[in-house]
Amino acid sequence: MKLVFLAVLVTGVVLPRMDAFASTMPPFPRLTGPVVDDAGLLPAATRQNLSEELARYAAQTGNQLVVVTLPTLKGYPIDSYGYQLGRHWGIGQKGKNNGVLLIIDRAEHQIRIEVGYGMEGTLTDAQSSEIIRNVMVPYFKAKEDSAGILAGVHAILSVMGGAQSMQGKTAPHPQRAHVNGLTLLLMFFAITILFSGMRGRSAGQGFFMGILFGLLSGGGLGGGGWGNDDEGGSGFSGGGGSFGGGGASGGW
Amino acid sequence: MQNRIRLPNFRFLIVIWTVLLLSGCGINNIPTYKQQVNAAWSQVENEYQRRADLIPNLVATVKGYATHEQKVLTEVTDARAKVTQTRIPADILTNPVAFKAFEKNQATLSGALSRLMAVTENYPDLKANQNFLTLQAQIEGTENRIAVARRDYILAVQRYNTELVTIPGRWWRSLMYPDAKVMQNFTITEEAMKVPKVQF
Repeated sequence: MKLVFLAVLVTGVVLPRMDAFASTMPPFPRLTGPVVDDAGLLPAATRQNLSEELARYAAQTGNQLVVVTLPTLKGYPIDSYGYQLGRHWGIGQKGKNNGVLLIIDRAEHQIRIEVGYGMEGTLTDAQSSEIIRNVMVPYFKAKEDSAGILAGVHAILSVMGGAQSMQGKTAPHPQRAHVNGLTLLLMFFAITILFSGMRGRSAGQGFFMGILFGLLSGGGLGGGGWGNDDEGGSGFSGGGGSFGGGGASGGW
Repeated sequence: MQNRIRLPNFRFLIVIWTVLLLSGCGINNIPTYKQQVNAAWSQVENEYQRRADLIPNLVATVKGYATHEQKVLTEVTDARAKVTQTRIPADILTNPVAFKAFEKNQATLSGALSRLMAVTENYPDLKANQNFLTLQAQIEGTENRIAVARRDYILAVQRYNTELVTIPGRWWRSLMYPDAKVMQNFTITEEAMKVPKVQF
């Protein structure tokens, strides 16, 4: 019996899980709010106003639009970077995938609108491309980056609209943590009862075994690493939305 | 006497079974990962289908302007015909011949399409056509979705195949899933398929 416990212990808890794949991509910035201006293209007041506007929009409609400016992607293709950043942050609501990223790469003069799975029908590739080409690029060419970003954001927002707003009022935070806790508790009770029912064991022993298995099981389940450590102090965070490469890229 | 001893043992087995099932020790990994591979593959097929659907419209639009590019246009049309006419067998993921054929046909179409997109650069009237610009954005978006779907598929298959040959997945395979087969993965690089980026 001890061997069995040992085997469970070793295979269930100690074995490393393969879920992180290394890549040569530049690191993701922290999601400090709906405007992540790492390239410093926006004046402080504009950034503040835009942040508030986008946070309000997300609260009202459930759709999330996040603006990201990066100093450089070091030659990494912006189309490959965008969806991975969107997935990493989990922009948009889980299940609805209604997030959009507007990414500006300052050094390589690239712009990308990355559209979440659920928004692809609303904000199409063609519309994204048109917004970049006709709305944003003229400003960037004239070195009015800040005005270009604002114009781009407003064009995107007008296309995204508030059509999903009535369904999207729930808090955008994932509920996985609660489910995990509940599962653990149920498992604990089930196992305790099973063990208490066994012949030749006292309830106390069963209780102890329940705790032991509960802990072991918890160790196994917790391996995925829920939660998002990228939250800033602003209270703005992704809701677990996913991306599949929709959108468009352009440059100036 | 017999019953008294057997009952607890049986129950103990159930408990162990439940614990193994719940504790994430890997008994469910093979079917779970298989489902993920299948889902990733459907996405790959969808995106390739979306591309094939866009092509007739693109060819018709380009034809009106780029009158001297008959060869490139024919290449694209032929490659698309081959892609759409080749039947995809149900066991494609575990059938190396069918999988390689699928990959090769799609790669041929990717190459022809990227040559077509490259020659359109020489036709300013075409590049000013709104219909063409829309199609171009759609083609680019679809190529990018294909790249993403392929990458997701590659990762899913890597995980599944690794699970089949490493412990404890290897044990579970021989014990419970003897039918599980190694899945085929993409070999042609993404760069070879990539449509050249058009800068405005």
